[in-house]
Amino acid sequence: MIELLGEMLSYHFMSRAIIVGVLVSLCAALLGVSLVLKRFSMIGDGLSHVGFGALAIAAAVNVAPLALAVPIVIAAAFLLLRISQSSRIKGDAAIALISSSALAIGVTVVSMTTGMNTDVSNYMFGSILSLSEADAVLSIALSCIVLLLFVLLYPRIFAVTFDETFAMATGTSAQRYNTVIAVLTAVTVVLGMRMMGALLISSLIIFPALTSMRLCRSFKAVVLCSAIVSVVCFVVGMTLSYVLELPSGASVVIVNILVFLVFSLIGAIKNH
Amino acid sequence: MAQITCKNLSFAYDGQTVLSDISFSIDAGAYLCIVGENGSGKSTLMKGLLGLKSPASGTIELGDGLKHTEIGYLPQQTQIQRDFPASVYEVVLSGRLNSMGGRLFYNTEDKKAAMENMERLGIEDIKDKCYMELSGGQQQRVLLARAMCATKKLLLLDEPVTGLDPVATNEMYNLIKLINLCDNTSVIMISHDIHEAVRYATHILHLGNRQLFFGTTAQYRESDLARRFVGGGRA
Ligand SMILES: Nc1ncnc2c1ncn2[C@@H]1O[C@H](COP(=O)(O)OP(=O)(O)OP(=O)(O)O)[C@@H](O)[C@H]1O
Ligand SMILES: [Mg+2]
Repeated sequence: MIELLGEMLSYHFMSRAIIVGVLVSLCAALLGVSLVLKRFSMIGDGLSHVGFGALAIAAAVNVAPLALAVPIVIAAAFLLLRISQSSRIKGDAAIALISSSALAIGVTVVSMTTGMNTDVSNYMFGSILSLSEADAVLSIALSCIVLLLFVLLYPRIFAVTFDETFAMATGTSAQRYNTVIAVLTAVTVVLGMRMMGALLISSLIIFPALTSMRLCRSFKAVVLCSAIVSVVCFVVGMTLSYVLELPSGASVVIVNILVFLVFSLIGAIKNH
Repeated sequence: MAQITCKNLSFAYDGQTVLSDISFSIDAGAYLCIVGENGSGKSTLMKGLLGLKSPASGTIELGDGLKHTEIGYLPQQTQIQRDFPASVYEVVLSGRLNSMGGRLFYNTEDKKAAMENMERLGIEDIKDKCYMELSGGQQQRVLLARAMCATKKLLLLDEPVTGLDPVATNEMYNLIKLINLCDNTSVIMISHDIHEAVRYATHILHLGNRQLFFGTTAQYRESDLARRFVGGGRA
């Protein structure tokens, strides 16, 4: 295993992909805890579809994919948060509408311009080869910012996640921290999409949190456990994809599923 | 100066007035019980006092140096998820958030306050347990400890004894009275138990979509309203 990792890391594109992937997995896992507990997991899914649309448009008009996708997806995050909080519109239905619309626009733009080439398939299912040097630097910088903000705002994120009403009643602006969480999620989704694919990135957000919740009984434990689970699953998944020549996103998700099943089993035995 | 002064308050949902003509004030150290039937607007008024719902008309003034970040609150119902992983300690500590100002992390003083409040409510031995795996009474104590962490001045409690057995109910009432007397913390409590309300409170506010009565407990006992509402009971 160690030898194998050494061999993988000797390829420059591979070591680059793994560094970016580990950072993005960390971001996704941390934010995922809050999103899953707030019943906002659908937002992650919605954002990834908007991200696909944005990347397709970026490819069509020939601008740097991240530079276009990051602002569009952040704007979508604001919108989705608004929708899921307003009681007048059915939140989940509206999110489903937006995400399928974005997907449809993306597919249309693609077929009108470049056609269904490997680029598009990469956006859908992810590829480590799609990451350029400039993308990698930007991804590393952005994910470090996301991690730093999460750590610095940890007490507030806990309070707003656990009991929004109490937080607001005692003078903490829940709206502000919800927005922070949504924006950080938007950035993470865009960064992770290149590697995991639009269709699979939301599992990177949801799985580690759900897995940890099988066993952990405090928020801090869930956060730490998710971070570890997420990074380990990513590295193992990438190794599998390298050895068996599988798509990287799918292998990472498969490893996540296996770990989830193991944790569920242990949880069930412990509670018995 | 009074700690809270309400003048001609009214509240509406979607243009429909549910509560009107509320005018009262309380001083530091008071123990006000809000009573009234289901749907009479008690929780709505409390949300108004907390700034969660803005009044349709009228004013709420905080005096006596009371700030909005110095109020503790125990909600009637929490929308906390059933499977939320949070330890008792984490929940209680989160009550200190409003006193942090611009500080990012809890300091030793915050942690000490959380421990003290858990000891007062007798929950320090379950501090590492998961909040969701506690009994209803234990959960209520945890939420009260959190509310106490958030304030030394004013506690707002919305039906704090719902779901508690008679023994736990009694303990809860005694605890609240103790906090009120020892720390001179004002208490505003919504209660359906009128007998207990007149036993512990210094003031009573009786609502029925408008203000039916406000005054001291002694005055309330003498009123026709109390005679009708309390009936021939112990009060
Ligand atoms: N979110 C809301 N939207 C619309 N109407 C509401 C809302 N909350 C409360 N109401 C209405 O306002 C009125 C007062 O409600 P409130 O919750 O203040 O009553 P309450 O006195 O606390 O009752 P209970 O004893 O049942 O807790 C009720 O008629 C209720 O239907
Ligand atoms: Mg109520």
